[in-house]
Amino acid sequence: MMAALRSFAPPIVAAALLIAPFTGWLPDYWVTLFNYIGISSLVAIGLVLLTGVGGMTSFGQSAFVGFGAYTTGVLTVHFGVSPWLTLPAALVVTMIVAAAVGAVTVRLSGHYLPLATIAWGIAFFYMFGNISWLGAHDGLPGIPALRVGTHQLIDPKEYFVVVWIAVVLAVIATQNLLNGRVGRAVRALRRSTRAAEAFGVNTAGAKLMVFVYAAMLAGLAGWLYAHFQRSVSPGPFGVVAGTEYLLMAVLGGAGRVYGAILGAAGITVLRDQLQNLLPWLFGHTGNFESIAYGAVLVLVLQTASNGLWPILFGPPPPPKPPTPRDGDQLPAKVLPAPGVRLLQVQDARKNFGGLVAVNNVNFEVESSRIIGLIGPNGAGKSTTFNLITGALPLTSGAIAFEGHPLQAQTPQRAAALGLGRTFQHVEIVPDMSVIENVALGANLLGHAGVFRAMLKLDRAEEAKLFATARRQLERVGLADVAMQPAGTLALGQLRLVEVARALCLNPILLLLDEPAAGLRVGEKKALAKLLREVRSEGVSVLLVEHDMDFVMSLADHLVVLDFGTKIAEGVPADIRKNPAVLEAYLGGVS
Amino acid sequence: MDTTIFLFLLQDGVINGAVYALVAIALVLVFAVTRVIFVPQGEFVAFAALTVAALENGIAPSTPWLLLALGILAAISDIVWHFRDLTWKRLLRIAVFDLALPVVLLLLTQALAPMKLGQAVNILLAIALITPMGPMIYRIAFEPLAHSSVLVLLMAAFGVHFSLIGLGLVFFGPEGSGTTPLSSASFSLGDLVVTGQSVAVLIVTAVLLVLFALFFGRTLLGKALRACSSNRIGARLVGIPTSVAGQFSFAIAALLGAVSGILVGPLMTVFYDSGFLIGLKAFVAAIIGGLVSYPLTVIAALGVGFAEALFSFWASNFKEVLVFTLIIPVLAWRSIYAPYHEESE
Repeated sequence: MMAALRSFAPPIVAAALLIAPFTGWLPDYWVTLFNYIGISSLVAIGLVLLTGVGGMTSFGQSAFVGFGAYTTGVLTVHFGVSPWLTLPAALVVTMIVAAAVGAVTVRLSGHYLPLATIAWGIAFFYMFGNISWLGAHDGLPGIPALRVGTHQLIDPKEYFVVVWIAVVLAVIATQNLLNGRVGRAVRALRRSTRAAEAFGVNTAGAKLMVFVYAAMLAGLAGWLYAHFQRSVSPGPFGVVAGTEYLLMAVLGGAGRVYGAILGAAGITVLRDQLQNLLPWLFGHTGNFESIAYGAVLVLVLQTASNGLWPILFGPPPPPKPPTPRDGDQLPAKVLPAPGVRLLQVQDARKNFGGLVAVNNVNFEVESSRIIGLIGPNGAGKSTTFNLITGALPLTSGAIAFEGHPLQAQTPQRAAALGLGRTFQHVEIVPDMSVIENVALGANLLGHAGVFRAMLKLDRAEEAKLFATARRQLERVGLADVAMQPAGTLALGQLRLVEVARALCLNPILLLLDEPAAGLRVGEKKALAKLLREVRSEGVSVLLVEHDMDFVMSLADHLVVLDFGTKIAEGVPADIRKNPAVLEAYLGGVS
Repeated sequence: MDTTIFLFLLQDGVINGAVYALVAIALVLVFAVTRVIFVPQGEFVAFAALTVAALENGIAPSTPWLLLALGILAAISDIVWHFRDLTWKRLLRIAVFDLALPVVLLLLTQALAPMKLGQAVNILLAIALITPMGPMIYRIAFEPLAHSSVLVLLMAAFGVHFSLIGLGLVFFGPEGSGTTPLSSASFSLGDLVVTGQSVAVLIVTAVLLVLFALFFGRTLLGKALRACSSNRIGARLVGIPTSVAGQFSFAIAALLGAVSGILVGPLMTVFYDSGFLIGLKAFVAAIIGGLVSYPLTVIAALGVGFAEALFSFWASNFKEVLVFTLIIPVLAWRSIYAPYHEESE
């Protein structure tokens, strides 16, 4: 019943919304207000994606609204182009500007990024106000209304339909995008860039995609704004307006698409009411609403930093992964024959300043084998691991995988070559469900891009990806928690989620960094059984582990490091007796 | 461009740059101690200038009312957030600092303003009125968010900026005003006419910068503030109260803002919202200094002032566009060579 309600509610609400102004219940004053809410919602939805999902805070979205508005303004006023034709033009102009600005912006780290948005936000604002053919500070009057046939859409009621169709379409496209492969990658980026990159997500590319998408929604809002106001001036495109849009996204609940509409409604109504009420209270005019804005923003941040939507409507519903049809499977990877040399580490060296973390280490991994990499704390095991997976660059030496040299490689390239990894400190996305976290592992196996996701044409492929994810979750014994948010799981379970995610990559070599840490005895046994099974399928495993019983019983071959140097190598039985290893672990026998 | 114009622009740029430098080091200090990117810093500048302007005309400025309003808000905020652990000591502090102090200053201002006691009194009164606003704002807006990310603090700073701009209009009105120069003397150096005001700006800035350096290099309190900025948790573990450090840094920021306001008052017509652009330009300098380095920030501030003077000569309409575009390559360079790692949430 609830499920049916959930799936039927949005279309019913959407339909009710579009009829509302013609019922006569809604005074024109409120219809106009709702038009502004809808236009702001578009910008706020973009910001939700950019800030709440992508982790990039922008104070400059209003500048993109400006680009949309001015594009249509110039084309219709100066060149007499029909308003409908300027829509694609407005979107393209916004896209080009956003791609250029974003190419620099999305690469900025930490607080440099929002600072940059403030800077170009202000620069664009002054630019709009100083270019004579944009009408300088006076702006462009006389922008024609939208037209259907010969009928002009001037009545706010009619414009209402145009605005809210745009909002409904934007919500649908954005939700679809977020639920698709690319959206999953973007959602993962904010919480765990390392994990996303280890499964082949191109960080800068994904961020730029989100940035341009958000900007284009703002551009669309600008186009709607221009034809509703039928004039544009630089005022509404400054950083003050940009902060207002950000406030809407934060108030509604960063990361929640419907929250953007709630936030836009809240702020727009608040501003309107304050403009009516405050001069009456204070007896003279002024921009009192800005006092209230500031207060609301600070209070929301202090008391409800996740915004209003989660408080009113609870946590997001679990995802609805598409159900796979029978026989829906991704093509299996052709694994190398047993005994083939896979990974060659030759004189690998890593210096951190004066510290030699890995000192000319040599070893090899053959296919269908489990290799244990052991050593006391600080031996350089994890550093070696990060060198192989491309998370750190080599100082000198060489690493090759199936003949491909891995000198200047990136985590993305390692993933593409078939190296699936887990992390010593668990790297999962806590607010995504377990199965979505695992499906991130299959990122490189899918091909659907932004447009297929937005139009929901990626369902067949998504079904396959989720089928793979579910199969791997079953193998690690976590199928029953697949729909839970990953943040609710215990540490041991999260390690298994990471193993399942790495298996989703269809790896040739599985690199596990302390997978048994935090696992109970039963779970350890199950993991050992799984790893033997994986080996029998032809996948090799490189294991960094402190649990000696676990690693001794499992590994075919051990490599022992101490202070960055390899001190022994061989089968477990020999390593147990090796005097150098005993000394490293237990101290010298004097 | 001939030498005369160049020298004139240089003088103009250096003077503006000196003011930006004062505002910028306040931004760096506040960021270092509290991680707040304090967008409203410029408001102190504008409010101080407007206060002095009112006093010069023998009118009691509205500044003490604003101070009282902030004091009441700070008192409410303090009581609400510390409702469970209210102590008499805290209540006493609230009564003295948030309520009694503004009231005393209000009565003092009302009494002194019509007497027109002269520039020195006006300046001291303005500084006394503006400086307590810093710690009050910290307690109202930022202390409850002390553990949030830089981004949340930045958004809150924008919120404070909005509110202060709105309050500025309520308390100071939409009219702009200028103030009497600190010195009306002027002399020529070759073709260049150097005004006494320029010299005064440079001297005051230089003295303050030296004091600033001495304070952070030589005093225990200064070192404690530096400790807070380099490792907040570590500073708490060795017994430095971060709340006090935060309030102190905001007090210094407000003080520097007030002094900057007194310096720019005679140079331009100041409106209630003039502070924003001054603050943002100082901000460009602070970012070039990486929000860390004081000497680099001062040099950058002089550079921004000079660049602004040049741009206003060449393309006055696009002055602001150029100044703010300047920052993007700087950010990119900073981001690559000194990436800032946000502590994980």
